[in-house]
Amino acid sequence: MSWIVQNLWLIPALPIVAAGVIALAKRPQRKLAASLAIGSMVIGFVLSAVAFAHVLSLGHGDSRITEVANINWFQFGDQWVKLGVLLDPLTSVMLLMVTFVGTLIFIYSTGYMADDENFTRFFCFLALFAGGMLTVVVSNSLLLLFMGWEVMGLTSYLLIGFWFHKPSAAAAAKKAFIVTRIGDLGFFLGMAWLYAQTGTLLFYDCGAGCLEHSAVTAMLVHTTVFGLSVSSGIALLLFCGAAGKSGQVPLHVWLPDAMEGPTPVSALIHAATMVAAGVFLVARLYWIFAISPSAIDVAGITSVALQVVTWVGAITALYGSLVAVAQYDIKRILAYSTVSQLGYMMMGLGVGNGPSVGMFHLITHAFFKALLFLGAGSIIHGCGGEQDIRRMGALRGYMPITFKTYAAGMLALCGFPLFAGFWSKDAILHAAFDYDITRIPFYIGAFGALLTAFYMTRQLCYMFIGAKHRGAPGHHGVHDDHEAESLSHPHSPHESPATMTTPMLILAAFACLLGFIGTPAWEWFQNFLDGRPATFSFGALFEGKTALLMAGSSIIVFAGIGLGWMLYGRKPIESPDAPDALEVIQPHIFRVLENAFYIDALYAATIVRLNAALAHISAWFDRWVWNGVVQTISYLVLGTAYVDSFIDNCAVNAAFDEGCTTVSRGGRMLSALQAGRVQGYLRLLGLGFVVLVVILLWGTKR
Amino acid sequence: MSPLTSYLLLSAMIFSIGLAGALSRRNAILVLSGIELMLNAANLNFIAFWRYGPNPAALTGIMFTIFSISIAAAEAAVGLGIILAVYRHTRNTDLDQMNSMKG
Amino acid sequence: MTVTFLILAALTIIGASAAMGLRNLIHCVLALTLGFVGLAMLYLELGAQFVGFTQILVYVGAVAILSVFAIMMTRSAGPHAEPALSASWIIGLVVAGATFAVLAWAILSSGITAPATEAPDVSVKQIGDALMHSYAVPLEIMGLLLTAALIGAVIIAMPQEKTP
Repeated sequence: MSWIVQNLWLIPALPIVAAGVIALAKRPQRKLAASLAIGSMVIGFVLSAVAFAHVLSLGHGDSRITEVANINWFQFGDQWVKLGVLLDPLTSVMLLMVTFVGTLIFIYSTGYMADDENFTRFFCFLALFAGGMLTVVVSNSLLLLFMGWEVMGLTSYLLIGFWFHKPSAAAAAKKAFIVTRIGDLGFFLGMAWLYAQTGTLLFYDCGAGCLEHSAVTAMLVHTTVFGLSVSSGIALLLFCGAAGKSGQVPLHVWLPDAMEGPTPVSALIHAATMVAAGVFLVARLYWIFAISPSAIDVAGITSVALQVVTWVGAITALYGSLVAVAQYDIKRILAYSTVSQLGYMMMGLGVGNGPSVGMFHLITHAFFKALLFLGAGSIIHGCGGEQDIRRMGALRGYMPITFKTYAAGMLALCGFPLFAGFWSKDAILHAAFDYDITRIPFYIGAFGALLTAFYMTRQLCYMFIGAKHRGAPGHHGVHDDHEAESLSHPHSPHESPATMTTPMLILAAFACLLGFIGTPAWEWFQNFLDGRPATFSFGALFEGKTALLMAGSSIIVFAGIGLGWMLYGRKPIESPDAPDALEVIQPHIFRVLENAFYIDALYAATIVRLNAALAHISAWFDRWVWNGVVQTISYLVLGTAYVDSFIDNCAVNAAFDEGCTTVSRGGRMLSALQAGRVQGYLRLLGLGFVVLVVILLWGTKR
Repeated sequence: MSPLTSYLLLSAMIFSIGLAGALSRRNAILVLSGIELMLNAANLNFIAFWRYGPNPAALTGIMFTIFSISIAAAEAAVGLGIILAVYRHTRNTDLDQMNSMKG
Repeated sequence: MTVTFLILAALTIIGASAAMGLRNLIHCVLALTLGFVGLAMLYLELGAQFVGFTQILVYVGAVAILSVFAIMMTRSAGPHAEPALSASWIIGLVVAGATFAVLAWAILSSGITAPATEAPDVSVKQIGDALMHSYAVPLEIMGLLLTAALIGAVIIAMPQEKTP
């Protein structure tokens, strides 16, 4: 058992301890809070690097590395419930990504939240969230994973509703929690079923874990409803949880509203890490998803569960990119973009031979989406709280660094050739192209890529291009904890401080360069995850199908960017109230897209109403039935008490009092005998004497 | 009836008279007098039985009577002393009013 | 039942009744003395001369006089309005009556008879001998008792010193 695996638990434990210390500190201490949180993440990053190096050093062969360290937690019947940590390639890359991006975002937050008075609370929650996410990543037990999952849900709620005095933020936090809860219900059912089926919740346990060969094949053999194999049933239930957390349709409705939270929160939680946890879960449990009768030992992509994953992912990818086209709020555009990219990741998991395709996109997406969100935060900060892109413009001149990094992120997201997104999205499209069952996901993905390029160009043009800034004078944006000077004169946008721009620069570098670890020429990332040695062959780039697909996706990207430029870039947008160019062309479709296909309204009319009705019924029940029972019992008790008191007063007391008065009267009567007069006593004596003598004499006479 | 019986009856009568006085009179000194009478009646009994009993030569009755008289005298002295002391405290000799031992 | 006996008995009874029944206390004591004298003569009649004279000496000469002293000292002799008889004196009479009845019944139903014997001749020397020999111990005890009674009576009747 190597040192790093023994101490892998430190990586999630340190941020949690930091959160606890910050929470318990007496006065809010900004420097302490920030340094504790950032420090714990830095140490986590160092440990993750050590873990990564360890896995690298071991992985020369072609066996999948899994090192575990399990402990017995408590006894349940005659079995032990165990927890443990797991170190394999998947874990190591996720650890690196989470700790690295997390550190950068924490540093960014010190600048962004510098004016906020709840600075320490923010860092406490951030650290707690980091601890939860890292627990999910290193966990070897589905139970421990679920615990970390729940912590993430809690901190997401706390952070979305960070400015809780805003009713919209409070409502958004509640919505996020409830919607993910619905998914978690499926998660929990799947977990229980898994435990019932295999008797363990550990992933790897020297052959006895639920992801290991014997358990998985056993699950395959049994079948349940509709002829579904048990493994698929469990996988589908677990996928409910992943769908909730990762914002797949239909449980995506919380993600756009979650943008009510501060921007670093959006960057960390709702772009890079937490929403990726769902994808991570599917990747982790891939062998349960993938196994099917036609492929027992190899990753089979024909299992029912994986097909469901693919279709859900494809639909989500399309939906997200369609709706993002018609949004006006910076963060909402990015939120729907995240929804769309998560759909891509799920699709990648579904169509790829193994989890590596989807995971590659997850890693690259984390970097450039975080970059985009940080850039959005910088823009919001610089524009004095403005979030509507119609009220921005010509920021290229005011905020050059932000513009350059944002452009890098945007190009990566679109999949511009040679940027990170290009390689990862291309891998997904390549796998979708090779999908045996149907090619529809490929077409959906391609169309989604076109739309992605289109709406990102639209956003860029609205914000950065143009001659003048359209900021409204005296507008106090949504971010109301900001400078108050903008009440009298138009706020002039300014560049953000170094604490905010430096992380963006670092992320931009990654956005440009990270993709090169997974190009077809050198598929190091995919092979690392799958446990195969990677080969470098430049010629693979120019293999027929690969080159064709690369060219095709490049053309799609250029087309999208060109379309966007034509509509939004050529003619600069004059005023904030001018209708959107697309709206002019197709008003009805635009309206539908702007309202996100009216899904929120649908939910409000059906499920929310149903819930309210159930709540009314429950309240009625509680007030009349349970309350009635309790009141009846209490009246019974009261009645018994009355009867008791009555008996006590009238019967017991009376009897006792009677007895006492009798004794007292008797005593009084007896005391009358003692008048204190000697002559009286003498008389009695005489009388007694007479009586005695009479008795004696009578006795002798007889 | 024999002489003895008459003497006994007489003694009984004197005893009863003395008892009646002791039980009915209010004054303490008279109660004491009643008691003296009772003692005398008892002495009479003794002498009567000595005279008409067997073995008068043993002088038992006479001895008894002598002692009884002595003791009666001593008791009268002490009793009257007590009555004097009580009189000094309460300033009267009324027995009916000496009921502080009333229960 | 000789005449002497009857006369003496009547005397004694009259004296006793008067002692117990008269209102004036001095009269009561005088009647008591009469009763004592009657008794002394009865003793003489019975042949116990020493006892009879002792009776006169002690009872008439000491006890009765002592009673007079006591009456004088307690100011009970003067005219006073208090009733002579105690409250509920009937009960006393009833009890005494009952006592007499019982005693008389006991005497009469006992069937005791007296042998007809001569009166014994008792000399004082015999009494003295008996006192010194057979009844020496009771005599000494008698002496102790009389001493104790004497001292006790003196202490009880002594006027209390006013303590400062």
